[in-house]
Amino acid sequence: MAYARDLDAVRKLIASHKRWDRAFAVVGMLSLMTGILAFTTLFVDMAIDGVPRLTADFFTSFPSRRASQAGILSAWVGTCLVMLVTAVVAVPLGVGAGVYLEEYAPRNWMTDIIEINISNLAGVPSIVYGLLALGLFVYQFGLGQSIAAAGLTLALLILPVVIVATREAIRAIPQSIREGAYALGATQWQTVKDHILPYSSAGILTGVIIGMARAIGETAPIITIGALTFIAFLPPSPVQATPPFISFEWLTSPFTVMPIQMFNWTSRPEAAFHANAAAAGFVLVLMTLAMNGLAIWLRYRLRRNIKW
Amino acid sequence: MSATVTIQEAILASTSTSTRLQKRRKRILVEKAIEQVLFLAALVSVLTTLGIVYILVKESYVFFQQVSIADFLTDRQWTPLFDDAHFGILVLLSGTITSSAVALAIAIPLGTVIAIYLSEFAPFRIREIAKPFLELLGGVPTIVYGFFALLFVTPILQWFYPELPGFNLLSAGIVMGIMIIPYVSSISEDAMRAVPMSLREGSYAMGATRFQTAVKVVVPAAFSGIASAYILGISRAVGETMILAVSAGMQPNLTFNPLEPAATITAYIVQVALGDLPHGSIGYQTIFAAGLTLLLFTLACNIAGHLLRKRFREAY
Amino acid sequence: MNAVLETLEKPAAAQKVLKAEARGLDFHYGAFHALKSIGMPIYEKHVTALIGPSGCGKSTYLRCFNRMHDLYPGNRYGGEIRLMPDNTNLLAPEVDPIEVRMRISMVFQKPNPFPKTIFENVAYGLRVRGERSRRVIAEKVEEALVGAAIWNEVKDRLNDLAFNLSGGQQQRICIARALATDPEILLFDEPTSALDPIATASIEELIHELKDRVTILIVTHNMQQAARVSDYTAYMYLGEMIEFGETDQIFLKPARKETEDYITGRFG
Repeated sequence: MAYARDLDAVRKLIASHKRWDRAFAVVGMLSLMTGILAFTTLFVDMAIDGVPRLTADFFTSFPSRRASQAGILSAWVGTCLVMLVTAVVAVPLGVGAGVYLEEYAPRNWMTDIIEINISNLAGVPSIVYGLLALGLFVYQFGLGQSIAAAGLTLALLILPVVIVATREAIRAIPQSIREGAYALGATQWQTVKDHILPYSSAGILTGVIIGMARAIGETAPIITIGALTFIAFLPPSPVQATPPFISFEWLTSPFTVMPIQMFNWTSRPEAAFHANAAAAGFVLVLMTLAMNGLAIWLRYRLRRNIKW
Repeated sequence: MSATVTIQEAILASTSTSTRLQKRRKRILVEKAIEQVLFLAALVSVLTTLGIVYILVKESYVFFQQVSIADFLTDRQWTPLFDDAHFGILVLLSGTITSSAVALAIAIPLGTVIAIYLSEFAPFRIREIAKPFLELLGGVPTIVYGFFALLFVTPILQWFYPELPGFNLLSAGIVMGIMIIPYVSSISEDAMRAVPMSLREGSYAMGATRFQTAVKVVVPAAFSGIASAYILGISRAVGETMILAVSAGMQPNLTFNPLEPAATITAYIVQVALGDLPHGSIGYQTIFAAGLTLLLFTLACNIAGHLLRKRFREAY
Repeated sequence: MNAVLETLEKPAAAQKVLKAEARGLDFHYGAFHALKSIGMPIYEKHVTALIGPSGCGKSTYLRCFNRMHDLYPGNRYGGEIRLMPDNTNLLAPEVDPIEVRMRISMVFQKPNPFPKTIFENVAYGLRVRGERSRRVIAEKVEEALVGAAIWNEVKDRLNDLAFNLSGGQQQRICIARALATDPEILLFDEPTSALDPIATASIEELIHELKDRVTILIVTHNMQQAARVSDYTAYMYLGEMIEFGETDQIFLKPARKETEDYITGRFG
C-alpha cells in the first residue's frame, strides 16, 4: 500500500510540485524587481528632470516668479534651521526617555501607559501632528507660524523612532557589564553616564539619523502650521556681530523648507517650475538616501564590531 | 605613643565620616533628581497624546455644536465654505477609501510575496542586498512620491487611457502602494523568520517543497505578525497626505471610482491650511473634526493590531 | 551492568532481510570531516540503535538517510547509502531528495507539530503526496493515530490545535504524522530526550510495537534506552563506526575495547 512503491507516479507528482516551486521563485524575484525598478525609475526621473537645474545659482537664489531665476536658498536654510531645533529637542528627550524606560522604570501601570503611548504615537499620521501644532503651539502657546513651532512638531513626530532605537541599543548591552560597574560602587547615573550611554551611542546615533532623515522629508505637518510657500527672504541669522553674539530671533521667524518649496513648484502649471521641483526633489532624495545609507552602514558596522 | 596616634586617628576618622555622610546624601539627592528628569522626558509621549486628544476634541466639540453628528456622517456633500454649507465626511472618506484600496491592492500581494521570497527562497546574498534597498524605498519623502505620481505615472497611464484626468486617485493609489510595500514586506518577513527551523524541517522531512512549506507551514505559523503588517499598511495608507494632495487633486468628490479626482480627509486638511482661514471659524474647525475622524480610525487599527498579536502569540 | 542485563529480554532476532546499507559513507560540514567511512547494514522490520558520546556524529549520520543536510549550504556527502529492494544510492546527486523523503520519514528530538489541527498534522504528508480523497485521508489518519497509540485520546478532538497537547502527546502526533505515509524506514532522532520518564516509557513501548510494521533507525544518547528497544546497535565515536552487532552482543560481550569503555561508563 506504500505510495513510494509506485515510483513513477510519485516522480510525476514531485515534478509538478517542483514546477510550482520554480514558478513561485520567479514570481518572487519579479516582485522584488518591481520594487527595485520603481525606486530606480523614480530616481532616474528626478535626475533627468532636475539635474540640469542644479547650478550654483540654484542654491543661492530665492524663489522667484520667473522659473529660471528661482532657487532654493530660503528653503534649504529653513530646512537646516528647523532640523537644528528638531535635533536639539528630540535627541535629549528621546534618549532620556529611552534610558529611563530601560534602566529606571519600575514595572507598574505608569510605565505601561508610557509604553502604550509611544507605540501608539508611532502610528499616528503626520498630519495629525500638524493639527496638534496648529491648535496648540501656534495659537494656544503663541509660538506663531515659526521655526520653533515646526522644529518642536517634527521633534515630537520622530520621538518614537529615537526612543525605540535608544531602547534597542541599550538592551543589547549585557547585564554583566552593568553588574561589573555596580560591583565597583558606581551609582545608577554613573553607570548610565560612563557605560550604558557610551556603549549604546552608535545604535542611538543610527536611530537619530533615521529619525532626522524622516523629518527632513516631512511636508504635511509643516504646511498645517502655515509655513508660507513663497518666502523670498532668510530668517535672521543665529550668530551676529554684536554682543551677546547669539540671537534667538530666528526661532520666531516665518520660514519655508525644502519639501514645501518643492510642493509649491509642483503645484504650478508651468513646466519650467516642474523642472525646479524635480531639482529640489533630487536634492531631497539624495539627502535622505545619504542619511539612510549612513544609518544602514553604521548598523552593519556595529553588528560586525561589537562582540560581547 | 600608640595611644596618641589612636586618638588622633579617631578624631580624623569621625570628621571624615560626617563628610562622607554629607557627600552620600548629596549624591542620593542628585540621583533622585536625575531620575525625575528622565521620567519627565518619558512622560512627554503621554503629554503628546493628551495634547492631540485635547486639541482635536476641543475644536471638534465646537464644530459638533453647529453640525449634528448624524449630518456629519450621512450628508452626501462636503462644501464647508459655501453659504449653503454641507458637512458630509462621507465625501472625503470615499476618496480616502478608494485611494487606500488601490494602494493596498498593490502593497499587500507584492509585499507578502516579497516577504515569502526573501524569507524562504532567496539566497543569503540576495537578501543582504534587497533588504536595505527596500528600506530606502520607504525612506523617500512623500512629496517626491507625489511629484512622481503627478508628472510621471499619470502621463504614462494617460497613454493607455487618454480620458484619464490629470488629477486622479489611481496614480496616487499606485504610488502609495509602492511606498507601502517595504512596510508590509519587512514586518511580514521578520514574522516569518521568527518561525523556528524545526517546524520547517518537519515539513521538508515529509517531502514538501519550499513553496509548500512556505505556504502551508510558515505563513500560518507567522499569521499574527503578517496580519499586523497588513494593518500597519492600512493605517499608513489612510494617513498618507502629500501624495494625494499633489496628484489626486483637492476637489471633494463623492466617488469610489479611482479614475476620478477626489479629495481625501488628509488632502482636505492641507487645502484648508494652505488657504487663509480665520482662527475660530467653522472652516477652521472642520479640519479638526476631519482630523479626529482620522485619529479614531488609526487608533482602531493600532488596537486591532495589538489584540491580534496578543491573541495569536504563538508559543514556540 | 546489572541494570542493563535486566532490561534484555528479547527473543532471538527473526529472519533478517537487508533494507539499507551504508558503504564508505563520508560527510563534511564545510571543512570539518564529520563522518569517516561508515559501513553498516540496516535490517528490515528491526530496530537499529545508534549510540555514542555527544558529538560522535550519530545525528549527522541519521540525517544523511533523508538528505536533511541538503537544506543547508556547505555540506558534502561521500560514499553511498543503498536502499533495497531497488538498490538506489540515496546520496547520489541525481537522486531527488524529495523522493527520498517520501520513502523515509523522520521524528525529531523536540516535538514539532505544525500550527494546525491534529487531523491536519497527520494528514499533511498525505496531502503533499497528492491524496485528495477525503475518505482515504480520514482512514489513513485514523490508522496512523491508532498505530501511534493515541487514537483513543484524540479521536473526539481531531479538530483541536495540536499545540494544545502535552509534550508526550505531541510527539506521538509527530510519530503518527510520520507513519501515515507508510514509510519504508522511520528515523528517530533522540525522540524522548525532551520528554518526561512516563512519556518516554510509552514512546519506547510504541517503538517496540511499530517494528513489525516498519524498519526503524533510532539515535539515542541513553544507552539503557538502546538496550531496551533495539535489536541491533551501532557504537560511534568521533565520526567513525566503531562496532556494530546484535544488541545483546554489544552490551554483554563488546568486541572492541572502546565500546566496552563507553558501555561501562568509563567515559562519555
